[in-house]
Amino acid sequence: MKVYLKVWRQRHARDAGRFVDYTVDGINPDMSFLEMLDVLNNRLISQGEDPIAFDHDCREGICGTCGLYINGRPHGPVARATTCQVHMRHFKDGETIVIEPWRADAFPVIKDLVVDRSAFDRIIQAGGFVSVNTGQAPDGNAIPIPKEDASKAFDAATCIGCGACVAACKNASAMLFVAAKVAHLARLPQGRIEARERVLNMLTQMEEEGFGGCTNTGACEAECPKAISLENIALLNREFIKAKCAL
Amino acid sequence: MKLFSISDKKLDGKCPTGPIEKRWTQHKASIRLVSPANKRRLDVIVVGTGLAGASAAAALAELGYNVKVFCYQDSPRRAHSIAAQGGINAAKNYMNDGDSVFRLFYDTVKGGDYRARESNVYRLAEVSANIIDQCVAQGVPFAREYGGYLDNRSFGGVQVSRTFYAKGQTGQQLLLGAYQALMRQVGRGQAKLYSSHEMLDLVVIDGKARGIIARNLITGELERHGAHAVVLCTGGYGNVFFLSTNAKNCNVTAAWRAHRRGAFFGNPCFTQIHPTCIPVSGDYQSKLTLMSESLRNDGRIWVPKRKDDPRKPTEIPEDERDYYLERRYPAFGNLVPRDVASRAAKERCDAGYGVGPSKMAVYLDFSDAIKRMGRAAVEAKYGNLFEIYQLITDENPYETPMRIYPAVHYTMGGLWVDYNLMSTIPGLYVCGEANFSDHGANRLGASALMQGLADGYFVLPYTIGDYLADDIRAPKIDTRHEAFEEAEKSVLERIEKLLSVRGKTPVDVLHRKLGLTMWDYCGMSRNAEGLEKALKIIDELENEFWKDVAVPGTDKEWNKELEKAGRVADFFELARLMCIDALHREESCGGHFREEYQTEDGEALRRDDLFSYVAAWEYTGHRQSPVLHKEDLIFEYCKPTTRSYK
Ligand SMILES: Cc1cc2nc3c(=O)[nH]c(=O)nc-3n(C[C@H](O)[C@H](O)[C@H](O)COP(=O)(O)OP(=O)(O)OC[C@H]3O[C@@H](n4cnc5c(N)ncnc54)[C@H](O)[C@@H]3O)c2cc1C
Ligand code: SF4
Ligand code: FES
Repeated sequence: MKVYLKVWRQRHARDAGRFVDYTVDGINPDMSFLEMLDVLNNRLISQGEDPIAFDHDCREGICGTCGLYINGRPHGPVARATTCQVHMRHFKDGETIVIEPWRADAFPVIKDLVVDRSAFDRIIQAGGFVSVNTGQAPDGNAIPIPKEDASKAFDAATCIGCGACVAACKNASAMLFVAAKVAHLARLPQGRIEARERVLNMLTQMEEEGFGGCTNTGACEAECPKAISLENIALLNREFIKAKCAL
Repeated sequence: MKLFSISDKKLDGKCPTGPIEKRWTQHKASIRLVSPANKRRLDVIVVGTGLAGASAAAALAELGYNVKVFCYQDSPRRAHSIAAQGGINAAKNYMNDGDSVFRLFYDTVKGGDYRARESNVYRLAEVSANIIDQCVAQGVPFAREYGGYLDNRSFGGVQVSRTFYAKGQTGQQLLLGAYQALMRQVGRGQAKLYSSHEMLDLVVIDGKARGIIARNLITGELERHGAHAVVLCTGGYGNVFFLSTNAKNCNVTAAWRAHRRGAFFGNPCFTQIHPTCIPVSGDYQSKLTLMSESLRNDGRIWVPKRKDDPRKPTEIPEDERDYYLERRYPAFGNLVPRDVASRAAKERCDAGYGVGPSKMAVYLDFSDAIKRMGRAAVEAKYGNLFEIYQLITDENPYETPMRIYPAVHYTMGGLWVDYNLMSTIPGLYVCGEANFSDHGANRLGASALMQGLADGYFVLPYTIGDYLADDIRAPKIDTRHEAFEEAEKSVLERIEKLLSVRGKTPVDVLHRKLGLTMWDYCGMSRNAEGLEKALKIIDELENEFWKDVAVPGTDKEWNKELEKAGRVADFFELARLMCIDALHREESCGGHFREEYQTEDGEALRRDDLFSYVAAWEYTGHRQSPVLHKEDLIFEYCKPTTRSYK
């Protein structure tokens, strides 16, 4: 296979940036998208050119490091998959592929396709935890938890912090990410105790980081590689109202 | 030049004595403590935010130490532990199936083929139950039964169900628990986070670990960080093989740099090849994907009885299939330990019975499980793994068996530590996969997560106090000290050297060649001739690297190729030590299978009279013969027998 790439190149945060065209041929359809970029980069390196900066680590859809905006979609054309889980068989021979970084004020570009997502860490730091010190815990079976609650909590907890929801949202809102954590912990007895402060603190931090507000477009859910459901945002809203009423 | 020399002094693991079930309790009662007021004056650096690092950093900060924590990912939540799938062991006996601390201890020592320390392993089994409690309290959503209680499954090498899990994403859920505990401390100001920072050297002052040199991966700047103690939780070195199930950035640099500064390296040749991974599909392949061992609970492994059988797997009738694990090991069947399962797969493929386009694969079949439990139940248990498989191979494992083959997965070897988890450099502690401690020559499934969290939550926070108690009057470490000066200079010189080569060959190309060499000669089976050959090839490849590696760009920017080049340079040096270690260990044990030492039916032949020791290697210089220090292993509770899973 052969594909034509239009790749966003930006030397550093203050550089204006531009698209650069590349042609890559000799592609095997079983290659992953990132392996295709490896092939291109190794070619650029051998020619003494600067390779395209993109980030990745696990290459199996769980660490949340990768994240490319491919043909106008975060993580590209495959539903419920991260960029590293996209394979070249999902593209047509001769296709033109546009590759951009996540675009959001709260995610400044570091270089080319790499953005700074540390805002997510600071949101978790504001309240995305249970305040329990090591050694304080009672027996793991002391509090039975209905299977249904545990699996819903689990589903929310599978968020990988990739930021695709932000990139997909016209407001660049981080609401799905925040809701996933709020809902994960609110559904468990261990997390209920701090539910009120948590939702308020995390939302405040989200705003301070420069993420937009949520207008319920649902674009985030559609593009989330882990299928984090909008239900979690509804739950966040209920938690928020409860917390406000309690103030 | 001699390959290595042997020290005549025995190395002491400083394990407590007395009845094994009392050792840890008595040890805790006898080691020194640091008062809360003094903890405030002490700084600790933790490098790594995987299960070991995040749990250690959180627990130390909770105790009141000033913690600085480093990782090279852009967020601590992305450490490689996030990818662990199958589960975590704990001796809770919630299943009432006869499990106990002693049994977990025994299984682990036996599973490790009698090459681990009894005292350490017993402690690991002892604290395992606390880990589950802690994680549940943090909100880790483990799988539950309908009654609301925690569910368990079984893993290879054992006959009880003691593995706690969260679908196929156990590592993710445990790591997020530890990460959140850490971020809580960052929010309180008790821990300071340095993401996107890579440790490039250890600073040793007057024989004590006192700090690190780190590179800010975004700006490229070198930074000096001082502390009263340094804890390395930097993971394993499986990526020396290039292709492995590890995340792409996993590397040995932190451990290797500490080794060069005086920390002994324990059992470097003990590597684990995992039996169930998605096979290599082409020469562009950048990594291998694990299919969790938990699949062997319900999946059955087989190859056709006929060589080059052209039929689709679903068309091959039952009596023409060779369920070779069930045939060879009736007692454990598909749940034999990893080393045994991997070698058996290699044996069948080498004999010509392999399947798939490359013929280097075997089938892992769920059709019986689907008949027995129904598709929905299989989906509930393994759904996300099946999805991963389908995304990669474009085949539907509900309809046709998976194709799997062994791949490099875990490294039992690592920096040598004593019972307190301290390396041979005072003040340098090592936790998690980065140390060599608990798994001997083969790790049982679901035991790495257990060990990482045991070290970080429940062992190190106690044992580090014993060392820091001497330091309560020590002032803040001054990073203007000449040792920092020297370390920073040597890091800078190395970076400049890498950038000055300006060759033509990309780092990946050289790394791939090194990996292939290690896979061929220091992989699933080894022999003296091959290892000697590998040593020659490694030297040649290393020469080629320093003559022709292409590292574009500068050191003052985000530069992935520069990061990779530094890591691969260290892998060359480690590879040499792995081969020397494999060559010197003239026996087969666990993951280390020396072809010269096998029984008539091809099982590993241990030589306890000669090799019942930990091999801890001292660095003496680049391409100089290392010195072997032996720590004798004494078995008082688990008497070494031939490991049989028949
Ligand atoms: C695919 C897969 C599945 C697995 N499944 C299981 C399982 O089901 N059960 C089980 O028990 N085990 C499993 N394992 C093994 C287990 O996941 C690992 O052994 C364990 O997570 C290692 O944890 P760690 O904390 O020691 O290191 P890691 O999680 O590897 O973390 C290393 C940390 O060190 C940092 N670091 C490294 N070098 C530097 C440096 N120079 N400077 C700064 N930071 C540095 C990294 O940034 C990272 O934060 C699995 C492994 C793999 C590959
Ligand atoms: S909610 Fe989904 S898209 Fe957003 S960060 Fe989490 S996994 Fe990524
Ligand atoms: S690289 Fe880890 S999710 Fe893609």
